[in-house]
Amino acid sequence: MNIQEKIAGFFPEASFEEGEILRICIPAEKFHELAKTLRDEFGYDYLVTIVGMDWGESLGCLYYLMNTADHSQISIKTSTTDREQPAIDSVADLWRIAVIFEREVYDFYGIIFVNNPDMRRLFLNIDWVGYPLRKDYDENPELNPVSIENERQSDETYVWKRENGKLVKHTERVFNDDDFVVNIGPQHPATHGVLRFRTAIDGEIIKKIDVYMGYIHRGVEKLCENLQYQQTLHFMDRLDYFSAHNYHHGLCLCIEKAMGIEAPRRAQVIRVIMDELSRIASHCLFIGTYCMDLGATTMLFYTLRVREQILDIMERTCGARMTFNYSCIGGLMADIHPDFVKDVKELLAICPKNVAEYNKLFTGNIITKGRLEGVGVLSHDDAISYGITGPSGRASGWACDVRKTHPYSIYPELKFEQVVRTEGDSMARFKNRMDEIQQSVDIINQLIDNIPEGDYCAKVPKVIKLPEGHWFQLVEGCRGLFGVYIESKGAAQPYRLKLVTPCLNLASVVDHITRGDKIADLITIGGSLDYIVPDIDR
Amino acid sequence: MFNFSIVTEWIHNLLASFMPGWLTTTAECVLIGVGLLLAYSLLALFYIYYERKLCAFIQCRLGPNRVGPMGLCQVFADMFKMLIKELIELKHTDRFLFALAPYLVIIASVLSFACLPWGRGLQIINFNIGIFFLIAVSSIGVLGILLAGWSSNNKYTLIGAMRSGAQMVSYELSVGLSIMTMVCLAGTMSIPGIVEAQADGWFIFTGHIPAIIAFIIYLIAGTAETNRGPFDLPEAESELTAGYHTEYSGIHFGFFYLAEYLNLFIVSGVAALMFFGGWMPLHIPGWEGFNDIMNYIPSPIWFIGKAIAISAIIIWFKWTFPRLRIDQLLKLEWKYLLPINLFNLVLMVLVVVYNLHF
Amino acid sequence: MEMKEVTTKSMPYDAWQDNEYIEKLVQELRDSGTNIIVGSLDKLLNWGRSNSVWPLTFATSCCGIEFVSLGAARFDMARFGWEVARSSPRQADFMMVAGTIVNRMVPVFRRLYDQLAEPKYVIACGSCAISGGPFRKSYHVAKGIEDIVPVDVFVPGCPPRPEAMIYGIMQLSRKMKVEKFFGGVNRKESRKEYLAAHPEENC
Repeated sequence: MNIQEKIAGFFPEASFEEGEILRICIPAEKFHELAKTLRDEFGYDYLVTIVGMDWGESLGCLYYLMNTADHSQISIKTSTTDREQPAIDSVADLWRIAVIFEREVYDFYGIIFVNNPDMRRLFLNIDWVGYPLRKDYDENPELNPVSIENERQSDETYVWKRENGKLVKHTERVFNDDDFVVNIGPQHPATHGVLRFRTAIDGEIIKKIDVYMGYIHRGVEKLCENLQYQQTLHFMDRLDYFSAHNYHHGLCLCIEKAMGIEAPRRAQVIRVIMDELSRIASHCLFIGTYCMDLGATTMLFYTLRVREQILDIMERTCGARMTFNYSCIGGLMADIHPDFVKDVKELLAICPKNVAEYNKLFTGNIITKGRLEGVGVLSHDDAISYGITGPSGRASGWACDVRKTHPYSIYPELKFEQVVRTEGDSMARFKNRMDEIQQSVDIINQLIDNIPEGDYCAKVPKVIKLPEGHWFQLVEGCRGLFGVYIESKGAAQPYRLKLVTPCLNLASVVDHITRGDKIADLITIGGSLDYIVPDIDR
Repeated sequence: MFNFSIVTEWIHNLLASFMPGWLTTTAECVLIGVGLLLAYSLLALFYIYYERKLCAFIQCRLGPNRVGPMGLCQVFADMFKMLIKELIELKHTDRFLFALAPYLVIIASVLSFACLPWGRGLQIINFNIGIFFLIAVSSIGVLGILLAGWSSNNKYTLIGAMRSGAQMVSYELSVGLSIMTMVCLAGTMSIPGIVEAQADGWFIFTGHIPAIIAFIIYLIAGTAETNRGPFDLPEAESELTAGYHTEYSGIHFGFFYLAEYLNLFIVSGVAALMFFGGWMPLHIPGWEGFNDIMNYIPSPIWFIGKAIAISAIIIWFKWTFPRLRIDQLLKLEWKYLLPINLFNLVLMVLVVVYNLHF
Repeated sequence: MEMKEVTTKSMPYDAWQDNEYIEKLVQELRDSGTNIIVGSLDKLLNWGRSNSVWPLTFATSCCGIEFVSLGAARFDMARFGWEVARSSPRQADFMMVAGTIVNRMVPVFRRLYDQLAEPKYVIACGSCAISGGPFRKSYHVAKGIEDIVPVDVFVPGCPPRPEAMIYGIMQLSRKMKVEKFFGGVNRKESRKEYLAAHPEENC
């Protein structure tokens, strides 16, 4: 008996859409029950994302769930036709990350999640008019003018509850009146960009953190809806600018899947090499900036040496230092530089030596151990509940590498280890990245001599129109799972393009793991999670 | 070795020959004051340049090299810039205390600067408890930092100042005790006396084991006293933006900046005084020729050279180690340094009593 | 005041790209004329100002990473004395607006600008800061920072290369060299005047 029949047994009102990932359509009333059943009975314990949708006549959500044991995926679709006060039951009690995901959907679509403990807007100001991702959003700038006056702020949050069949709004406070709230960010050297932590402290001890986002929310998802598929690609460079290649790869794979084409093998190999090179560069920069946050400034200069070398290699092939725009639909923009193989080999030769140097200089240091070990422990279950993927999730003992769980491109043919540690503290997260550099070096070593000859790009039409349907693709970015959801109505532009970024989860877990630690530990923990702020806000 | 008291005597006699007594004293005070401030600022500027170059060397960079030869004029440009920057007045602050704080810091640092033995016969403040006086005046600085943090009406500065207060009060203990250990060996608290006692050999050699322990503790505690990495919590950039001086601009910030570097010199100067013989040249018993050559080098060069060499170690610390956390910092002092220090003091007393030193 | 060609060490005058702007400033200086002592003092202070340009560590996105690269060993902005990046706006001289400024960031950004101590400068770095760049059509992006604060130098690129940033800061330093300090840059509103103009701030 397959899962579809089982669920049909429980929920006769559910309908199913077969596809790459099974989609269960359920009325909003039964939705919470279904979600709970899926989590408890079928082991779908990881909420990958919530995609808010506006289908014109109805508003709704798509929930992508994953079973962490057998890596199977399933999705739930639920919707409501009420556009004035659309409401869906919250799943915040099942998956902790749902609090943030639901706030995001509320911000973009105005869907109220009943029983969500913190129903505020996430990225936009509290007095923002309209819900920008709705199809009928009024983009008139006069409605939401750019103001240099201080943003209106409120310490209140709302909880919606169903009482006697009606929705009732309850008001609660984020902080108590006697809390000493220190504002860390948005302009602060430790937040790695413009993230803001409102931190209630007691002496040096952190009592609570309210993560405040949206200081670099650029509305990429909305922008994509008005652009052709090729034009959406360049935004991937500017989300997580360290995993530019990986994100490109993900979006290209998703579009290629929808078009039913496959990139030539040469392109696939080069894409994987580029992915792994950017992973090395990204982790190098992580190590550098992390050490700088902890006060060991010199490490930054040593790690940036390797990064500069990688950027040189990329610059020769792609023509840019950061925003490469190299992968395109069907393959690559251009062939590799003639010296590419030679340069990469030089890099591979020095990489292990450099990692050894970093370890000697920093990892074994007694002060480092004191600062990192046992600080910010994230348990395995919490990591899954918060959806912490990437090196940070693997430090908590969760084997969540998409390259292994949902292999794409040529990764199934490659031999590499998934670095997993079980301590879950900052030191484990730090060491995981160190080890991943070595794994990436191994992967490139297997490929660099075997780049096959042939075309670097498949033939694709000038104007790409995807057939009607929806596709979901996961790839491994440098910081964790990156997903792309495309829904098409057959036009040259996507009807909805949702980007599932790892950093949103990373930032939202900060409150959970810093409570009771010192202010200095906030820096340690935030740094070790390694979030990129434009990736959070999109 | 040239004795600078000849020069000072000559100036004194020259002034006294045509001035009444009280005027002579006043004129001398003014002269010394001007000289002191000049030396202070020049040395601070040199230190800023020195640290920037040294840190560039550690980080495989070049450091300042465009302004003037080898970037030597860079710090002067910075100084001119700092002098003309706007002094921002803040609302809702205690303006008197806010303005007073940088002066307290700089006064503490100038006073302790004045105690240092510059050379043979070149001593500004000299009385029999000189080293005690030095420790006393150097602790005024923490008052300035506390005031700065408190009066800025800013949460970062407040946390920075509180950290700084806890840190400096704790580490003062270690600095004091390790100096006391050496005072035991010297048998005097007068600064020229301590230097003279090292004529036959620097204390770090003659005091052997306890002296070396005291030196290591002094170096750690001294680094903490100057709020430098890895103990730079009060101004931990990644945590508290700029710590207690976040709200200061222009020359007020410049005072903090100068004092920070000069305190580095003072800490290394005291280390040179207590452990490496102050301005005493390096003498190796039996090597007469060598000793004569060493004697030709003027005493101020010996002193400043030693201080700069010790500073290099402290700067090296800063650019190598990550920062400690506040609880680890206090644990280090109260659980480790202080007991070791007390034990070391007893050890030194035994060494002195049983005449076990060289 | 006699004004020579405004250039820096090891960079010939002809190698600069927008000399017209600087010449215009020089011309203005010559036309207004100044007294010899003030003029010489101006020169001295401007030498100091233009050679000591401390940035505020402010970065919102990609350009910020290139700014980190600028500080690193290959590009090493310490050569010019720019490496003293201050985290507190009170102590910085200019702010490099590296990255997109979105609606929600605008008040914060403006406040940071207000917190900078005079004389202060702004470099708009990267296409996002100049015009909104690739995100110009978005509902939540400010279309260039020029509407919010006065900008002294624009550095185009997405993100600009570190060399471009060096060039941009050097242009800023050239601009400082030809400004009049006394009676020009240093003239600011006194507290009294300010309070008279903004009675609501009086408390």
